[in-house]
Amino acid sequence: MYSQGLIGADGRTTESEEFLARFQARIDAEEKIEPTDAMPEGYRRTLVRQIGQHAHSEIVGMLPEGNWITRAPSLRRKAALLAKVQDEGGHGLYLYCAAETLGVSREEMTEELLTGKAKYSSIFNYPTLSWADIGIIGWLVDGAAIMNQIPLCRCSYGPYARAMIRVCKEESFHQRQGYELCMSLAFGTPEQKAMVQDALNRWWWPSIMMFGPHDADSQHSDQSMAWKIKRFSNDELRQKFIDATVPQAEYLGLTLPDPDLKWNEEKGGYDHGPIDWSEFWRVVKGQGPMARDRIKARKKAWDEGAWVREAALAHAEKRRARKMAAE
Amino acid sequence: MAVWEALVELADDHLVLGHRVSEWCGHAPMLEEDLAMPNMALDVIGTARTLYTRAGELEGKGRDEDAIAYLRNEREYRNCLLVERPNEDFAHTMLRQLYFAAFMKAFWDAALSSADDVVRGVAGKAGKEMAYHIRHAGEWVIRLGDGTEQSARRMRDAVEALSIYVDELFDSSDAAQAAEAAGVLPKRSEMRAAFDKVIGDVFSEALLELPAVPYGQRGGRSGQHGEGLGHMLAEMQSLHRAHPGAAW
Amino acid sequence: MVQTTPLWEVFIRPRNGLSHKHVGSIHAADEVLALQAARDVYTRRGEGNSIWVVRSADIHASDPDQAAENFEPTADKIYRHPTFYDIPEEVGHM
Repeated sequence: MYSQGLIGADGRTTESEEFLARFQARIDAEEKIEPTDAMPEGYRRTLVRQIGQHAHSEIVGMLPEGNWITRAPSLRRKAALLAKVQDEGGHGLYLYCAAETLGVSREEMTEELLTGKAKYSSIFNYPTLSWADIGIIGWLVDGAAIMNQIPLCRCSYGPYARAMIRVCKEESFHQRQGYELCMSLAFGTPEQKAMVQDALNRWWWPSIMMFGPHDADSQHSDQSMAWKIKRFSNDELRQKFIDATVPQAEYLGLTLPDPDLKWNEEKGGYDHGPIDWSEFWRVVKGQGPMARDRIKARKKAWDEGAWVREAALAHAEKRRARKMAAE
Repeated sequence: MAVWEALVELADDHLVLGHRVSEWCGHAPMLEEDLAMPNMALDVIGTARTLYTRAGELEGKGRDEDAIAYLRNEREYRNCLLVERPNEDFAHTMLRQLYFAAFMKAFWDAALSSADDVVRGVAGKAGKEMAYHIRHAGEWVIRLGDGTEQSARRMRDAVEALSIYVDELFDSSDAAQAAEAAGVLPKRSEMRAAFDKVIGDVFSEALLELPAVPYGQRGGRSGQHGEGLGHMLAEMQSLHRAHPGAAW
Repeated sequence: MVQTTPLWEVFIRPRNGLSHKHVGSIHAADEVLALQAARDVYTRRGEGNSIWVVRSADIHASDPDQAAENFEPTADKIYRHPTFYDIPEEVGHM
């Protein structure tokens, strides 16, 4: 459940022109790059950063939805939500493993997340205030994620592309369960309908922002596109998302909170109102309403789990010693 | 007392335990356990759902799984005390799971010959799930018991804290006795040997001593719970109860 | 220095008759926990009926710098392929 233009990619690299040209030729021929292949340092660094941000987003993303597992209003919804949040953890796990093929350990990446060095998708720094938020997150946030992730299945780096194929297979259940949940509210009691409209009002703009800055303001995007780490521009994906979402909202009888939203016959897509980028950057920089709480919760889990991880390692060591002694 | 009430008791055990385990989701000691624990929670919540539904059918008053789960208060909940104990730490959580699964594995194996079709169906599915829970939780109890000094201390604390709730597992309430007499559920007291074998094996590898239990804490089957259950149910039921009659 | 939990590669056989296929990795302190983690992570949707785990550190890989000498010499040995040989049609399928 992630989608955000990579923040702070640094594709600078110092290899020879000839090496870079040879590498680019492989990429242009749609050859996949595998872990042991020679690759430009900038390519490796950009991937570590992007896969890391992606993995962190999945892990932090467990928290806002996890907030409603214990309050799900029916047992069917409880089971579905639990399975969904579990999937997000799985996605984070696949992605950490993909990043590890580039020579960075999960412990190092976790450390970067907990110290605030690594970024994650800004969307998870908003609170889930009602049950309807769970539906809206599935519908919009996972919907946006799918837009971004399907092209990543063709990313030039093999392990990332393979992880994404697995993620996408699991992800389609997420958006459907979210939309179905929104249907139950939109077609329910007046209170339920008000609940889902309120959630939509709060999540719409953050969802639109998830695709990242406008192409004109997106640094380093060109290099990522050339290396096929990124395959569509932020604005292209955002447009695709809005065009797909408007009729879905109409079906629910809900209003998207953008008075400027209207069909543009000429471009064959919807125009939308101006995005508040100052809010976006504020949230990316860690000033989102839930930013501190999210990292605090992750840090608590990690710190309080330390004795368990240590015990498992200590036991493994004892076992090894006993086995050696017996041989 | 009626057979359907015995199914509610059993379902309450599973739902309450599933709720407790689900509280870990996103907060586990490692990502691999963030996936393992929801698997266990989903297993037992699934069992609870089937049992509530069956109980509602047998009762014959039109209550579905949610009406039974969400619209009773803590005095009406009939789960045993073990499953409502708070998570505390990973050692407590794994031991609670091991105790429960060691009992339920034997119970479901015996329930394969139940007179009730639905119970037989559950027994086939849940018996396998409990076998895995015994392994998963058991392997962790072994590692924590024979890991570091700290983990061994925490494991011993968990044994000390939870063992007083074990005896209640083997008690049959009036409702359970009715279900036993009808051949729907097996006799709970008959699970003792199988339970002791599982726990004995795990504890000996975990370097844990089987505790001398001075007294068994009981009361869940008559709605005499700890204080934690009320909070759990308040949380679980708040949204459902705030919108009477709404569909979700 | 933080102690790191070892990495394992996970292979799953989707069903009998097929071979185990690499599906991803997990972290675990030992092989028992590794198998459990692999089960909990990679078989949630009925993906298989058998799991192998191998410590990533125990995998030895060929050197990509030797890819040319390893794999290119085979390219001109076309006589290893059945289509190299012309058999008259009247002989039938062979």
